[in-house]
Amino acid sequence: MSAASALSKSASKTVPEPSTPATSASTLPVGQHGIKEHSDGRFGYVPVQTRSDRFKSVNVADFQAVTGREAVWKHSPVAKFTDLTAGDLDGSRYLIELTPSAAISVEWVPRTDARIGTAGLPEERAAANAWGVFDDALAITVSGEEAKEITVTRSALGNTARGAHTIIEAKPFSQATVILANTGDARLSENVEIILGESANLTVVSLQEWDDSAVHLANHFASIGRDARLKHVVVSLGGSIVRVNPSVRLAGPGSDTLLLGLYFADAGQHLEQQVYVFHDAPKSRSRVNYKGALQGQDARTVWIGDVLIGNKAAGTDSYEQNRNLVLSEGTRADSIPNLEIETGDIVGAGHASATGRFDDEQLFYLQSRGITEKEARRLVVRGFLTEVVQQIGSPELEARLQLAIEAELIGTDDK
Amino acid sequence: MSVLEIKDLHVSVETDQGTKQILRGVNLTINEGEIHAIMGPNGSGKSTLAYTIAGHPKYHVESGSILLDGAEVLKMTVDARARAGLFLAMQYPVEIPGVTVTNFLRTAKTAIEGEAPPIRTWIKDVRQSMTNLRMDKTFAERNVNEGFSGGEKKRNEILQLELLKPKFAVLDETDSGLDVDALKIVSEGVNRAKANTGLGLLLITHYTRILRYIHPDFVHVFVNGRIAEQGGSELADRLEDEGYDRFLVPSNVG
Ligand SMILES: Nc1ncnc2c1ncn2[C@@H]1O[C@H](COP(=O)(O)OP(=O)(O)OP(=O)(O)O)[C@@H](O)[C@H]1O
Ligand SMILES: [Mg+2]
Repeated sequence: MSAASALSKSASKTVPEPSTPATSASTLPVGQHGIKEHSDGRFGYVPVQTRSDRFKSVNVADFQAVTGREAVWKHSPVAKFTDLTAGDLDGSRYLIELTPSAAISVEWVPRTDARIGTAGLPEERAAANAWGVFDDALAITVSGEEAKEITVTRSALGNTARGAHTIIEAKPFSQATVILANTGDARLSENVEIILGESANLTVVSLQEWDDSAVHLANHFASIGRDARLKHVVVSLGGSIVRVNPSVRLAGPGSDTLLLGLYFADAGQHLEQQVYVFHDAPKSRSRVNYKGALQGQDARTVWIGDVLIGNKAAGTDSYEQNRNLVLSEGTRADSIPNLEIETGDIVGAGHASATGRFDDEQLFYLQSRGITEKEARRLVVRGFLTEVVQQIGSPELEARLQLAIEAELIGTDDK
Repeated sequence: MSVLEIKDLHVSVETDQGTKQILRGVNLTINEGEIHAIMGPNGSGKSTLAYTIAGHPKYHVESGSILLDGAEVLKMTVDARARAGLFLAMQYPVEIPGVTVTNFLRTAKTAIEGEAPPIRTWIKDVRQSMTNLRMDKTFAERNVNEGFSGGEKKRNEILQLELLKPKFAVLDETDSGLDVDALKIVSEGVNRAKANTGLGLLLITHYTRILRYIHPDFVHVFVNGRIAEQGGSELADRLEDEGYDRFLVPSNVG
């Protein structure tokens, strides 16, 4: 992986991040980096909008009504969650269950908490809507250098349209795995801020095993300090519409992130993830690996992977990939990698994206050894997804996910 | 005693240019414990015969039959054929990402036996077979055929042959791509499997060199989709000297 292997490389103009949200409608979040938009000539040259230039605001009124044509929404069934983009959300506390862990505090903190807004700000209307309503934020604060794990489960959100805010902070030099487990029903828009202090080592797993009716729109904003490492894992198996969009800013020199994703869309499910990695410091490193399987009529997945290597990010190394395995007719997988490089000094930058059908030769090989077609399919799908599971690094969770994948496979057999 | 009978087998494939006839009336009977070598020029249909026996969906049987101890193999699914005792060592084994050799072997053995093999003896058997085939222990935890060299893939096929213990095995050019040492090791594996289980073998090859290690009872010359001549092992030597020219003349004229 060298700079030369980068599949797309745009010498886009660097524009400083706006410190205050613009309010004029003309600067609304449209356009996408990598697509060179020029004016019609009357206004002269309009610079390419880099991903970091996207309009941001915590105020829902700053965003126009969602039409579904916006870059951030154009792949999503927006008509099915107007309550989350345009309605009044319930921002009250909700019930959580947790496995207590020493040196990890879990508490509700007021909106005035200094950490709020430090990792990122909403870039779309549902996120801003949630930002405006939450009464208290759920704060998970990790300290202590020893390895530890905590699971925070939400299973009783119900079908009220909600807005929520979570902060996950890893203090300098701390280490932990934080699992956010989601089950039951939900109509939820939320923002999750992940803040890593210097040399912290944090794994965050967002596990979506919602009921079939649930709608979940999440934006995760991570800011990674000097020499800190974030492993971020999105596992989406259950839910009607699940959109988990992680944005990671490699803010400190030597910061490192591994972004993993695993999804399995059944008939009628919409599973989406818009991943954004912003290399904003020298010697930062990122790896993105999302893998998904689709089976059943109208099973739909979307993966967008934006990597921006900023002008401060000399000596960075990045690679992103998305692979989808299509198991039946009637599915649709979108896979859109974008790479934008503003510095000439990079160690490596590349991306790969592939969506393939089930390989009949693999199936034949396994069957020719006596393995039934059903079992052979399971082996291949499990094998395909296992690569991601094995990188999570939490044996208990890995075992649990293997079972969950198993259940998905059995579920699809019945259909 | 088991017997595999191939009777007047006609097979075609669909190509972009339409239906292409490949096998044109193959007749062959293999008894348990017998070794039959099939030799023939490129494109004569040897792999087609092998794949048709195994049940690859690409090949369309127009007429004829394949009987295993009297039961019609052509009516069986691919996996049922394997469970009935047929095995195909493939010319080009495919990679199965994410599925380890260990997991694959255990799953296959369980499928074929109808129950999971007793864990202790199974692990011992796998280790022993791997050692015999000079396969490093690390192969067990690697994904099936992923990143294997050509020779390693062939060993992995013979490993399966030894462990799954079929009644009849078709080896499709298991010898190609092997150096002398590997050829010996693989041949020993095949001979061991035969000594242990008394299986019948259909050995497809271009070269006589593997026949120095695995001694055929019968040699068949395969040309243009059917068996053009058969004989004992002396026929193989003759083919080595003379090539296939004398068989090719008639079919090349038309
Ligand atoms: N899918 C296909 N489409 C077109 N032609 C095919 C297809 N499959 C097989 N054939 C043709 O059928 C013929 C027989 O092929 P087959 O692989 O059985 O030959 P073979 O005797 O095994 O040759 P080799 O010694 O090269 O392995 C060849 O001419 C081949 O090109
Ligand atoms: Mg062949």
